Amino acid sequence: MLASLRFRRVPRMSTPTTATAFAAAKAEGRAALVGYLPAGFPDVAGGIDALRCLVDSGCDVIEIGLPYSDPVMDGPTIQAAAQQALERGVRTTDVLRTVEAVAATGVPTVVMTYWNPVERYGVPRFAADLAAAGGAGLITPDLTPDSAPEWIAAADEHDLDKIFLVAPSSTDERIAMTTNACRGFVYATAVMGVTGARTTTSDLAAPLVSRTRATTDLPIGVGLGVSNGEQAAELAAYADGVIVGSAFVRALLDHDDRSAGLKALAALTEDLAAGVRRG
Amino acid sequence: MSTPPDTSRYDADERGWFGDFGGRFMPEALVAALDELTAAWQDAMADPAFVESFETICREYAGTPSRLYEARRLSDKVGVRILLKREDLNHTGAHKIRNVLGQALLTKRMGKQRVIAETGAGQHGVASATAAAYFGLDCTVYMGAVDVKRQALNVARMNLLGAKVIPVDSGSATLKDAINEALRDWVASVDHTAYLFGTAAGPHPFPSMVRDFARGIGDEARAQCLEQYGVLPDVVAACVGGGSNAIGIFQAFLDDDGVALHGFEPGGDGVETGRHAATIHAGDSGVLHGARTYVLQDEDGQTIESHSISAGLDYPGVGPQHAHLAKTGRAIYTPVTDAEAMDALALLSRTEGIIPAIESAHAVAGALRLAEGLAAEKGPDATILVNLSGRGDKDMETAMEWFDL
Repeated sequence: MLASLRFRRVPRMSTPTTATAFAAAKAEGRAALVGYLPAGFPDVAGGIDALRCLVDSGCDVIEIGLPYSDPVMDGPTIQAAAQQALERGVRTTDVLRTVEAVAATGVPTVVMTYWNPVERYGVPRFAADLAAAGGAGLITPDLTPDSAPEWIAAADEHDLDKIFLVAPSSTDERIAMTTNACRGFVYATAVMGVTGARTTTSDLAAPLVSRTRATTDLPIGVGLGVSNGEQAAELAAYADGVIVGSAFVRALLDHDDRSAGLKALAALTEDLAAGVRRG
Repeated sequence: MSTPPDTSRYDADERGWFGDFGGRFMPEALVAALDELTAAWQDAMADPAFVESFETICREYAGTPSRLYEARRLSDKVGVRILLKREDLNHTGAHKIRNVLGQALLTKRMGKQRVIAETGAGQHGVASATAAAYFGLDCTVYMGAVDVKRQALNVARMNLLGAKVIPVDSGSATLKDAINEALRDWVASVDHTAYLFGTAAGPHPFPSMVRDFARGIGDEARAQCLEQYGVLPDVVAACVGGGSNAIGIFQAFLDDDGVALHGFEPGGDGVETGRHAATIHAGDSGVLHGARTYVLQDEDGQTIESHSISAGLDYPGVGPQHAHLAKTGRAIYTPVTDAEAMDALALLSRTEGIIPAIESAHAVAGALRLAEGLAAEKGPDATILVNLSGRGDKDMETAMEWFDL
């Protein structure tokens, strides 16, 4: 209840959207860089610092993960970060506070969350509080449009992006159904598997992007497995956005010292930002 | 009168919704596989050759139909007739063999060569490894690291049967995390791998499909009641964790309005202590492992770890058809504590010479609780049918500790 009162509506006129961020990147002849980190990792304040570091070092769109006890789409790296955040007591309201702090930088900020925490918070209430915090929308890895009527209605009411996923295993019919329900951008999962840095990019990504492109004018972001500028450049050749998560989490996990972690995070972001400009 | 209808008004719609519960909350990457599985299962169930082959394997290999046995000394003691559906006598010692044989047969029909499964105490893992050996399939079982330590004997059984057991360290390192890890495997292996889900929960079609493979329990029991006693039971009692044995026996009686259906949930140390797994009684509506159902969760929708002396019932969710039966009032779900279950285990052992699984002892305890009222209301001809879903051999270490044997 508190949260509804706490988050005052940010005037949206001045807030860039994911659509404008992708369009701006396109105007520069490059792909957008979308950076993910979970909220509350290593703690709420540290998480905000890390996300702001992504903004300062070149991410065009920010995804904030809502830590969840049963993350079936995540590999060991993001699982470990989410678990740490939960053990330290991160709450849904902390995630919204993190959104508020990051969105205040002016970079479009979306939340990526498994469905149950939203359902538990109350779908209309979550949409209202996310919008009030300045959030741009929601990525829902375990909610497909055909199971999402309540979310779609709430998102539309609060002018939020609905970012659903397409996968290499999706049929053309399902891709069309999914992109038709998306707003903002489409999230294409480049591999059949969970999140986590991989040494080579997937040969499943390009055909998926072209199948997706055939159904929509929305920008297409490609994620799962990207960990360096070289891979980012490869994807940027055909995708509108390159989504990176586990590699950022890994940079923080690998450094006990927070300022060293932020330094590594900045260096990685710069490498990736250069990559999306080479593609 | 003797055969129950194939479908019930309590079944799911074509998208897997049992009223407000069920559905499919899954990553898009798995939707194609779930659609393929749904089509293959529906096609198989409509094919008399598949159904006959499933029934033949269950009969010849698993030993079904299981006996319906009148527990006479126990009946005398409590004043009503107690009938036990002896699923404990099936091959591998529990009802679970029916489900895995069905799913493994379907896997063969779909042309896949590898199966994965999750397991808590190891019973579903052993059953899966058994079915995989029977059908010549490659089998990997995910098991929480905590459970691997607690259930060394079942790990050895799975290994002996040729399965690979992978300990899961993430989260609470128990059953729910084993399910998460099996789903992660499946996302990456779905083109050649089938997921043998262990209970009537999860995304559509699992709740309906697992029930269909387990419903022989109730179909047989209903026919046996009529044949041996000329009546339907007044009450059907079963334990409910995920709920496969309970839905397996309930399904045949859903449209028999005179038959009361009682599910007994693991009450652990007592629901008031917070250390329990009584999901329907004490949980709230939410989404876990692909379905909307009742879930033990905190204010933020994070799953709360469940507790039960019975590893097979120790799960913070429940099958969505049970959630629907509870909400509509067709079935009643009440908790039974660890202590009540262990008392019932001892009582059945000493009055009938049958050592039940601790899971099944919850159903026995529940039946004993109902017997008094039923005896007063209807006299000694009143009948309670109890699903004795498994045998207690696997639980002897727990029993030794509990009873100081």
